[in-house]
Amino acid sequence: MDNGCFSSSPRHDAFPAGLRVLVVDDDLTWLRILEKMLKKCLYEVTTCCLATEALKKLRERKEAYDIVISDVNMPDMDGFKLLEQVGLEMDLPVIMMSVDGETSRVMKGVQHGACDYLLKPIRMKELRNIWQHVFRKRMHEARDFESHEGFDFEGIHLMRNGSDHSDDGNLFAVEETTSIKKRKDADNKHDDKEFGDHFPTKKARVVWSVDLHQKFVKAVNQIGFDKVGPKKILDLMNVPWLTRENVASHLQKYRLYLSRLQKENDQKSSSSGIKHSDSPSKDLGSFSFLNTANKQQNDIATDSFSYSDGTLLIQMDATSYEGDLKGIVSEPTTEKIRASTSEIPDPKVQKSSQKSLNKPFTSVESSEANHAVFDCTIPTEYSWSEFPKGPLKEEQKTPVQLEDSLCQLPLHGTQHHIQIDQSQSIASINSNPSITEEEVAAKLETKPLYAGYESDYVNPVSSIGSAVEAFPSQSKSLMVSDQSSEPTFTSNLSLKTQGFNLDCISDLDFYQRNLLLGGEVASAPLDEDLNFFLLQSECYNMNFGLQNIDMSEYYDPRLTAEVPSHFYDSADYSSVDQSLFIA
Amino acid sequence: MDKINSRRQVAAMKQSLFDQGYLDEQFIQLEELQDDANPNFVEEIVTLYYRDSSRLISNLDHTLERNPVDFNKLDTIMHQFKGSSSSIGAKKVKAECTLFMEYCRARNGEGCRRSFQQMKKEYATLRKKLETYFHLARQAGPVETAFRPK
Repeated sequence: MDNGCFSSSPRHDAFPAGLRVLVVDDDLTWLRILEKMLKKCLYEVTTCCLATEALKKLRERKEAYDIVISDVNMPDMDGFKLLEQVGLEMDLPVIMMSVDGETSRVMKGVQHGACDYLLKPIRMKELRNIWQHVFRKRMHEARDFESHEGFDFEGIHLMRNGSDHSDDGNLFAVEETTSIKKRKDADNKHDDKEFGDHFPTKKARVVWSVDLHQKFVKAVNQIGFDKVGPKKILDLMNVPWLTRENVASHLQKYRLYLSRLQKENDQKSSSSGIKHSDSPSKDLGSFSFLNTANKQQNDIATDSFSYSDGTLLIQMDATSYEGDLKGIVSEPTTEKIRASTSEIPDPKVQKSSQKSLNKPFTSVESSEANHAVFDCTIPTEYSWSEFPKGPLKEEQKTPVQLEDSLCQLPLHGTQHHIQIDQSQSIASINSNPSITEEEVAAKLETKPLYAGYESDYVNPVSSIGSAVEAFPSQSKSLMVSDQSSEPTFTSNLSLKTQGFNLDCISDLDFYQRNLLLGGEVASAPLDEDLNFFLLQSECYNMNFGLQNIDMSEYYDPRLTAEVPSHFYDSADYSSVDQSLFIA
Repeated sequence: MDKINSRRQVAAMKQSLFDQGYLDEQFIQLEELQDDANPNFVEEIVTLYYRDSSRLISNLDHTLERNPVDFNKLDTIMHQFKGSSSSIGAKKVKAECTLFMEYCRARNGEGCRRSFQQMKKEYATLRKKLETYFHLARQAGPVETAFRPK
């Protein structure tokens, strides 16, 4: 997808026009018919007659598609297998089709994760409504994200080094969650036009902090991965405010993460070589990974896991920025991030440096990304092509501006704010000053979000030390935005802040300086720092996969009222957000 | 006058194809997809179908000739053929495919062969009729919209 298309793509027509569909069918007659039908629905169609070719296309540009329609019987690969792969790697909704409508087949489809099963001959009216699957998925992702985030204050605790806020934050977060949920429900009732409005953006999210995730992993290992179940984990974890649902969805992500890891290890032994261990000591590993990734620069398409999945989201316009963001976002987790990535302003915008950045994360993150990805995708879609841009632009000017752009995201409660701020500031630092025109657009949108960040933000930031100082102005800018900040941001922050502490500070400073100077992140030293920086975040990501999760929240559809046109661009947004949260 | 007659003929023929069960709703769908961007869409699709189906029929022929009969393979090929036939709404052909596949599952070689012969007949008939139909349609000139048979 190229950013340039943004203005000229059919997406600008009434939603759901412009939905990007990938059709896979070995029957050329049907392929042609479906193509014509989908075009009549004003969707953007790409056809493939081979499953392997489809996977290749998907891996090349994860964010290039919103939904996949595939036949069940294909010569080179079983349709169900393709379905599984797409679900795992890219987390795209997949619709199966067949002339055979036997219950057992349909059941198989459902079991493998198909979001629908169509019988041939397919009517056009059936195709007209496929957008609902995209929407629904995003909604769920947003919800998942929210439920995961929003709360976590363990991270914040660490960050704040015992500041008072942590306690408050915790309480706040909890309350926030409930109030947000209520608000969300109320909101959902009213909206029926823009997607953004419909999305559960206001939910508070559970932030799976490093600590929390470690407890989780410990519990899982104790129970035994095979026998694990949300209830058991919850009991073992002994975290009062955590619900079974939170654990269930985190478990799901964790599982996907592990399987992705499995795949990645097989696939990417050369590039990453990073073992996604749970311990933060992965830094070294990640770092090396990052380095490796750097070499791969410009290779967005290379790693199916990495970019496409979610990290791509970071693809903000800023070239270097995007790169960073992406990496951090840890896109590899196909699912959600994928969505966001697709939204991301063209990969082309990204500079090589970015790519390299992204790469490292992606692989590392892929497993992690699972979590994040889920979340991210949702938000990005709706909005926002502009979103990512906005922050980028901001960056050029000052870190503060970045935050403004980030502000677009609704902030929830102070806690969230704090978190967001941090991430934002970090993001600003990381983001590349070189923002493209696209970013400008985003800029406009981001403003309102940050309102909530201000005050809360300051405290945690200070605990970070110098890094914090770098942001003071940023925090302030955040203050301007209104309160509906996204909970996601906060969660990211908490995760991030934990990890970074002093390291971050120096990195941030470095980046900030670089940013302000307009230097591209791509610059060698910067890259390293960035990588390192990302590494930090990545470590967390890797360990927890949470960061990704957090990121995904950004994509709250709410963010952009203009959902319809941005619907498909949300990936951009998400990537931006994620990158912001790199810190 | 001529045009009107031609169009009437086309309409009548189409009606009869539907009445006799050679074609089903899918054919109408195809006609509805035809527009300025693709003025010969239906014919294009039908041509694609002929290509696919010829290949599949020949596959089936070869597979049936072998001994012992590979029913799984037959089932797979016929499944493809059925899918293809559903694309243009070849109703009778499709029905015969279903029957064939049932024989396959029952591992009834003789039943398969019989059914296959019948299917080939239906296919040949449909093909001829469609050729006539398109010929008439071309003569009658473009029709504004697809009309549904009663």
